[in-house]
Amino acid sequence: MTTNLLLSIAWTHVTTRVRQTLVGMFGVAMGVGFTIMMAGLMQGSQIDFLRQLVDTMPHVTVDDERRSVPNQPADQEYAAVAMSNVANVNRRPGIRYPDAIMASLRSWLPGEVAPSVKTSAIVDHGGGRVGVTLMGIDPRLEVGVSKLATQMIEGQLTDLSKAANGIIIGQALAEKLAIKNGNTVLLGGGEGTQISATVVGIFHSGLKRVDEGQIYSLIGLAQTLMGQNGIINQLRVRLTDPLVAQKVATQVEAQTGYKSVSWQEANSDLLSTFATRDFIVLTVMGAMLLTSSFATYNIISTITHEKRHDIAIMKSLGMREYSVRRIFIIESAIMGSVGILFGWILGYLLCYAWSQITIFNPLTGATVPLQIYYSPMHYIASGAISILCCAVAAFFPARKATRVHPVEIIRGAS
Amino acid sequence: MTEIALQVVGLVRKVQGVISHTLVDGIDLSVEKGEFLAITGPSGSGKSSLLYLLGLLDAPTEGEVIICGQATSKLSEIERADVRLTKCGFVFQFHFLLPEFTALENVLLPMRAAGRMSAKEMNERAMMLLTSLGLGEQTGKRPNQLSGGQRQRVALARALANRPEIIVADEPTGNLDTASTEQVFGILRDIADGGQTVVVVTHDAALAARADRRIHIVDGKIHETTFGGNRKAEVAAATHTA
Repeated sequence: MTTNLLLSIAWTHVTTRVRQTLVGMFGVAMGVGFTIMMAGLMQGSQIDFLRQLVDTMPHVTVDDERRSVPNQPADQEYAAVAMSNVANVNRRPGIRYPDAIMASLRSWLPGEVAPSVKTSAIVDHGGGRVGVTLMGIDPRLEVGVSKLATQMIEGQLTDLSKAANGIIIGQALAEKLAIKNGNTVLLGGGEGTQISATVVGIFHSGLKRVDEGQIYSLIGLAQTLMGQNGIINQLRVRLTDPLVAQKVATQVEAQTGYKSVSWQEANSDLLSTFATRDFIVLTVMGAMLLTSSFATYNIISTITHEKRHDIAIMKSLGMREYSVRRIFIIESAIMGSVGILFGWILGYLLCYAWSQITIFNPLTGATVPLQIYYSPMHYIASGAISILCCAVAAFFPARKATRVHPVEIIRGAS
Repeated sequence: MTEIALQVVGLVRKVQGVISHTLVDGIDLSVEKGEFLAITGPSGSGKSSLLYLLGLLDAPTEGEVIICGQATSKLSEIERADVRLTKCGFVFQFHFLLPEFTALENVLLPMRAAGRMSAKEMNERAMMLLTSLGLGEQTGKRPNQLSGGQRQRVALARALANRPEIIVADEPTGNLDTASTEQVFGILRDIADGGQTVVVVTHDAALAARADRRIHIVDGKIHETTFGGNRKAEVAAATHTA
């Protein structure tokens, strides 16, 4: 019954003090708007970074390793015998029956699987020698698991099979050793093998580590260089949904027994820095909303001070203290709500304006716009926090003002 | 047998501070229903303090205020507010109208706070009150568009809105010219004649003389009681028969 009365008094106060109300709303709108922009920007850049990360690497990598060293037969037989530095008799390089495993994985995996041989090599050209990782790949299957095909700046993946001992090298390595497409280089393998190879293509992935330290060849060449014929020591999986990689990796590891690493696990250090970054961003956004609510605090303080006669008369007429207090909290809520609405619009406009800014991206080598992530959660959360801040900001000055005994004011006025 | 509207027993109001002093010092008083009581006294005598205690705006240090048979010393702040809302009407020297609201809305305020009538009834009553006080044409105006006398009459209408038993007025004519003073006092007189109790603090001796009873306060005590108006005859008659 009296809520109507309180609302109409609050509404009248707010609408007859346009300037103050606008300042209060502006404060809230700024806080909410900038918070939304910050959230969109931070999350956008994070998602963009993750997407590029996910794009450039396999989602799950299966290596010919075990998580832990298997028990030695001697350990099982003689528990009391202490042994050290015993050669692992089970250790044989390579994944056993890779074709069978791949066929089995393909039957349930939501994605593609490709085999590869990973070994180290030394590229020798024009007197310069650089140690690299050589990936022996199957060009037909590689298309399904990596972006290598789209990263080629000279030649094509299929050119690997066109030349004898063809290799594809990164742009950075090519520049370092002054290698041109079609040149012949000397590859040195771990077993002392030396093979003369022809550069049939140059790629640019954007990751310096890869561009300078990774080269590709057919599986056969890598096997020869390793001195292990027929070996496959890595399976790479690309999933349709990268977010299930962790689950898939666990499943693959349980099925095959080989160490399967998801992209999340491989980049866990990076992902943990995101958690820190998120925390920092949340702190800053909270501080922004809190600061903006100080505008409300100030205005409600001013209004309650100016309205102390009204407060006194309302109390003396018999209105309860908390009813009078509610008037000012309602006023703050009105200012807050309208401020939040404007803040949402401001936030959207800021996000849009920021998305027009372009920066050079070394990963793609192109100038791309800032990535903004639009999420209703940003709007809901900033609004909810803001309205809460407003209510609290109004509560204290309102309580202080309405606590004053009406007699004190009435005596002072007459 | 006349009905007692307001009674105070052993009323004391002390203020504790750097220097403690007594504003109201042991007052006993009964006010009959329909009586017009004027409280006079020099500045700082405690007349306003007594009025605030009578209107439950302030709580006594000792003693009891009984309004329409209801003892109030043990009531909570909220209960006291409710008694003020329904049983007391206030008029102050300064009109204290809400500046953003029209005369009509100001008169509606206590009724809406009490919430005992429908919107239509409230509107009708507010219009009736304003019209009876000669403000029928001014209902849509805000306080700053009204003259001092008109504002005070709006404040009177507001005080009367919830049909209170007691009207408590603190120097209601203090800021008014002679004509408006005369008018406001006339209205208060009519209210008392209509059966509501009126207690007025004033320093205007001529006006006080027109009340049924005048009590003169000095240093928080009743110094002198004078009967006038209708009561003078009654008291005289009573003394005569005795």
